[in-house]
Amino acid sequence: MARARDESSPLFAGNAAGTLRLIFYLALSMVLMVLDHRNDWLWRMRSTASLVVEPVYRLAGMPTVAIRTAGVAFADRQRLTEQNQRLREDLLLANAKLNRMGAVAVQNQRLKELLDTQHSLELNVQLARVIGVDLGADRYQLTLNLGARDGVKPGQPVIDAHGVMGQIKEVLPTTSVVMLVTDPAHAIPVVIERSGLRTVAYGSRDSGQLSLPNIPLAADVRVGDHLLTSGLGGRFPPGFPVGDVASVAPASTGMFQAAQATPAADIDRSEDVLLLHDQAEPDGPPSPVTPMGPPAALATPPDVAPARASSVAGAFVKKLPVPAPAQSSGTPP
Amino acid sequence: MSRLRLSRWWFVGTLVFALLSMLVPLPGVLEPFKPYWPGLILIYWCMESEDRVTLGAAFTLGLCADLFDGVVIGEQAMRLCALVFIVLRFRSRLRFFPMWQQTLAVLALLLNDRILLLIVRVLSGASLPPADWWISPFVGAALWPFLFLLMDDIRARMRIQ
Repeated sequence: MARARDESSPLFAGNAAGTLRLIFYLALSMVLMVLDHRNDWLWRMRSTASLVVEPVYRLAGMPTVAIRTAGVAFADRQRLTEQNQRLREDLLLANAKLNRMGAVAVQNQRLKELLDTQHSLELNVQLARVIGVDLGADRYQLTLNLGARDGVKPGQPVIDAHGVMGQIKEVLPTTSVVMLVTDPAHAIPVVIERSGLRTVAYGSRDSGQLSLPNIPLAADVRVGDHLLTSGLGGRFPPGFPVGDVASVAPASTGMFQAAQATPAADIDRSEDVLLLHDQAEPDGPPSPVTPMGPPAALATPPDVAPARASSVAGAFVKKLPVPAPAQSSGTPP
Repeated sequence: MSRLRLSRWWFVGTLVFALLSMLVPLPGVLEPFKPYWPGLILIYWCMESEDRVTLGAAFTLGLCADLFDGVVIGEQAMRLCALVFIVLRFRSRLRFFPMWQQTLAVLALLLNDRILLLIVRVLSGASLPPADWWISPFVGAALWPFLFLLMDDIRARMRIQ
């Protein structure tokens, strides 16, 4: 190989062949990029190559783990004691709250049974740990240490102790990637806790924020309002904190108000997150209502109808009263 | 013969190390300061050994990086190919530059790389990155003399090509 190179003049090493090869590789990479952009090949390739990719992720995550461990090992004893004390107090407080909540939950359950609804307060969750891997320039995704083998599925909501973090975007056998709520491509249906206004929170282009670009001008939104998931759309269960409104201003179009919100979850700091499993509530929009109108028996084609009417006149008359109540309920008296 | 094998392993090892360092996260404040390791290491190998780094090797390394990075496949392959092509073309001149000129050349290469990345990102519909996104090439260029001297020293100590 070295011989071949020596024959060409070393000062002008890049010759026509080199340029051609460059053009070939550039074209190849562009074709790959376009195809991948269209067909999402990369993720399929990654699932196949996960045998290689996942150990590398673990390896790349090791410095973070090491730093964390070193932080604990060399931490001030005083600080650890304080932290321990604080955690104990928090636990005590949380337990006390839980005990009180237990009674309320039972009561709620009974009332809901009375109302015959199926919302349950119980959460079916799975604890996952964040792997410290830097995926690209955009910090809109996290890698978790659970994957398809642990029953993780794309679309599962991910929460931490303070609120909604995002949802599972891609699943490899033993790792999965979370799309954060702050991703500009992410939208989450929310409701404003104080006023009950429903809207949609998108990830903001300014990192780490949520933006609510279309709030009606007349709507009552103030700085400090809490945003909860509304449960519309069926992906996120209702009632989880999403964020707090940080600023409200009329949008540049003048048609809407636009608000910025800070996410409730500790998106930058969380190390342990919870994966929500299938909720008791029905997923997705309600099943389509059966179309109203006269029964299908009446909608027979005109050329068949007379014949059938003459032959089975009795059945035809019997079916006639059926559409009557539907029509009367549809029109006001 | 074992020396040859050692030098090949050293070459592959540095590339793997570059990929790993690309994946290792930094604390939020330092994040924009992270240099583009695969680019730096490839520039070094291009300058140092004549026929080890070809466009094909750069392309393969870029594909591996894309596979790990998960943004869009072919992005880093394209960037690394362009980078390696420029370095190979001006190799004999770059090698005899004094260190400060070499550093400036590396800065230009890394900036060019960022511009390529920006074009790809914008074409694929992402928004314009913040201003601190441009710090990384400067950090890379500032690290270049140390990286170069360190790698040369290690190679001299191990007596490998």
